[in-house]
Amino acid sequence: MLDFKLDEIEQSGDFYTRNFQPTPEENKLVLNMGPQHPSTHGVLRIILEIDGEYILRAEPVLGYIHRMQEKMAEVKTYPQYLPNMGRVDYLHALAWNWAYAGAVEKLMGLEVPERAEYIRVITCELNRINSHLLWWGAYLLDLGAFTPIMYAFADREIVMDILQRITGSRLTYCYYRFGGVSADIDQKFINDTREFCKYMRGRFPIYKDLVTDNIILRKRVEDIGHINLETCRKYGATGPVLRGSGKPYDVRRAEPYSVYDRFDFEIPVYDEKDALARYLVRMDEMEQSLRIIEQALDSLPEGDYIHPKTPKNPKPPKGEAYFAVEGARGKIGVYLVSDGSKSPYRLKLRSPGFSNLSLFAEIARGTLLADAISILGSLDLVIPEIDR
Amino acid sequence: MINLPLPLIQILIGLIGILAFVGLNGLVLVYLERKIAGHIQRRPGPFEVGPHGILQPLADAVKLVGKQLITPKGADSVLYWAAPIISFAPAIVCFLPLPFGPKLTNIDINVGLVLILAFTGLNVLALCLAGWSSQNKWSLLGAARDISQSVAYEIPLLLSVLPIMMLSGSLNLYEISTSQGAWPWQWHIIYQPLGFFIFFICILAETNRAPFDLPEAESELTAGFHTEYSGMGFGLFFLAEYSYMIVACAMASILFLGGFNGPIVSGWWWFLFKVYALLIVMIWLRWTYPRVRFDQLLNICWKWLIPLSLINLLVTALFIKL
Amino acid sequence: MMVKKIAQTLTGLWSLVVGLRVTGKNFFQPQITVHYPREKVESIEGYRGHIELVPKDNDPFTARCMACGSCARVCPSGCITLHIKKVTEPAVSAKKEDNSQKPEQNNQKAAPAKKTKTKRVLEAFELNYNYCSLCGLCVQSCPAGGLRFSDNVYLAGFSRKEFEFDLLARMRAQKEGK
Ligand code: SF4
Ligand code: SF4
Repeated sequence: MLDFKLDEIEQSGDFYTRNFQPTPEENKLVLNMGPQHPSTHGVLRIILEIDGEYILRAEPVLGYIHRMQEKMAEVKTYPQYLPNMGRVDYLHALAWNWAYAGAVEKLMGLEVPERAEYIRVITCELNRINSHLLWWGAYLLDLGAFTPIMYAFADREIVMDILQRITGSRLTYCYYRFGGVSADIDQKFINDTREFCKYMRGRFPIYKDLVTDNIILRKRVEDIGHINLETCRKYGATGPVLRGSGKPYDVRRAEPYSVYDRFDFEIPVYDEKDALARYLVRMDEMEQSLRIIEQALDSLPEGDYIHPKTPKNPKPPKGEAYFAVEGARGKIGVYLVSDGSKSPYRLKLRSPGFSNLSLFAEIARGTLLADAISILGSLDLVIPEIDR
Repeated sequence: MINLPLPLIQILIGLIGILAFVGLNGLVLVYLERKIAGHIQRRPGPFEVGPHGILQPLADAVKLVGKQLITPKGADSVLYWAAPIISFAPAIVCFLPLPFGPKLTNIDINVGLVLILAFTGLNVLALCLAGWSSQNKWSLLGAARDISQSVAYEIPLLLSVLPIMMLSGSLNLYEISTSQGAWPWQWHIIYQPLGFFIFFICILAETNRAPFDLPEAESELTAGFHTEYSGMGFGLFFLAEYSYMIVACAMASILFLGGFNGPIVSGWWWFLFKVYALLIVMIWLRWTYPRVRFDQLLNICWKWLIPLSLINLLVTALFIKL
Repeated sequence: MMVKKIAQTLTGLWSLVVGLRVTGKNFFQPQITVHYPREKVESIEGYRGHIELVPKDNDPFTARCMACGSCARVCPSGCITLHIKKVTEPAVSAKKEDNSQKPEQNNQKAAPAKKTKTKRVLEAFELNYNYCSLCGLCVQSCPAGGLRFSDNVYLAGFSRKEFEFDLLARMRAQKEGK
């Protein structure tokens, strides 16, 4: 026999049914946006309470694509967990690769050869451009423009071809290894990348003409979704969201890892705090990434691409390590605890998207439905990363 | 043999002709839209069915007809199914008074302009019913948007048509056409550039075309008022939308661009050419711009278009009097 | 104030024209998509298809694999199953041990009899491609360089069964095909 009554459960319901119960109040509509909705990009669900088109309350519901990424680490050996990192955030997979590999290296005290660091920088930045390009296209799709995403895809294709040649994948990369990367880059890669940098520079003016300067777009993103620094701090927002609010915080600068301190690049910051600021931060970041790539290619040292004495089955000593990198969406952190065995004792993934989404409930209040969509898009959410 | 009055026979023949024309045009427009979209996005568009995908719209139509018609639970099924028909039927009537060529007017009535404006207004009712009866919050929001949009844009639309009536002194579309000459500098657009501009923006909004496609803004309202429709229910809305586009562009070309008058030899070919040129511009706009926000849409109308069209009207009236 | 507003509106309208020009220009530019069944993508270099066995240098139809089992151990998705026959070669006197085939178990090294040499012979190399995450760990872990990724891009099938290969049999089939 069941020792609980089904009625009781139905009555009590979960958090959302209890908090969004229809009330006798008039002019109020509870709207369920997602998990299948064209602009939640995946399986985000947002419960909206609206009055006409004005949002009274918005509550994101998470967990539709929860895959137990953290728990999975505990049953796999260290190298076996590598492919998982490509699936956490499929758009900036290499940053996650890096965060995990970096944490393990830190714990093991493994030195990464210089050439490998440069290769990591180049590929990671290429991947960042790819991620921003897709965000750009998808954001405009949210705003109702269908063409930009196709142009973005055409450019992404070039990067994916370049990365495919050496990493073997086009999206969910599993390229970084403990102590280096899995394959060396060759002359063709270098030439292709240089060519891409040149090509991409020529594309930005087109993007600017078609989209950034467009009055309709400006009116859709200007002055909406203000996030002040206090809110950012409260929710731990990072990445372009924070930089769009006027704080030049970038892990690549703040806690330089790898060889980032050797490159000369700017951190785009905008003080307007609105969706347009976040938009512009990302557009500028792509240009900065190109700069980093070119500098890295110019000073690419010779040497090993992976530490020659990397153990095949690493057993890091007892202890803990935290490694953070700057992903396309913000600060990616991997916290690792080892008990000296061949699989991690505990792994915690800090995904920037989760923090960035958390503030949505606060800033969406009082906006129009269309603005809420625009704000949601400007946060650049990748749902698998949020749910992990 | 039953003795049918001649006008009735004429109307019947006209209706059949128009139905064929509407159906054919729907197919051509769908194909055109997808091809242009494809080429703008550097891809081929439909390509597999028939040479260069020319039979693709036909295949889609067959698919739509073959789909099951689903009435959502809790929907008001009478209103629900009446809506697409109410949306589509007036579209056909709108074709009746259009002068396609010098001798190609179906019914030559002297209030043709008013007739078309009145019947296109019926579309709002259909979308309202569709949104209300489908028992879906997204549909409802879409319908609400559509009503406020259509009501708002009807005003500048009429205000931009009025100067033309003053210029040609008639409500008969045939006479408006013939009051303009064959060459572009003899068309009304020369005297009414602002009027044409306002009229064009208004017909974009009235036919729910991007960047004013708010009632069916799929990234906001999933599919707006036709979220729940399947099969031919959706197909009729779709066809109605394309028919209204044609009617609107036909109106624009009759009122401002000389209708069937054209250089060298006037005739229906000039009319069709102008209509399609305008349609292509509409498609081009759609695949270039993001969507405006709802309050901005109404702001454009109340704060810019209505004052501008009023000024335009006054200035025209003054000039005619002088 | 009013003048500024009108100027803003005009530049706004001009930006719309600029946008139209961009899409208009693109309309006349050549397409960049590939009509798949008629054309094929050129850049499949580096593509990771399913893994396959690398043949020996001197014999293109014998696998380099020496059945060590490290690929099966390292695979995160557990998609490799090795069927290994242990053949005990008598060092001095001819004596055969049992050679029943059983799936490879991790770390189960055959304890060789005092003076006999145990040879591990690969009978079947089963790959369940359905679960493969194409990470490349198996390829890198192979001490003999016995694995690589195939460039079989156009692999498609109707059921999961079709993606369970025996790579050794595949190699033999290639031999017969030739
Ligand atoms: S590529 Fe990775 S998942 Fe696939 S068989 Fe090899 S080790 Fe296993
Ligand atoms: S790791 Fe290489 S040698 Fe060992 S079983 Fe696998 S393929 Fe054979």
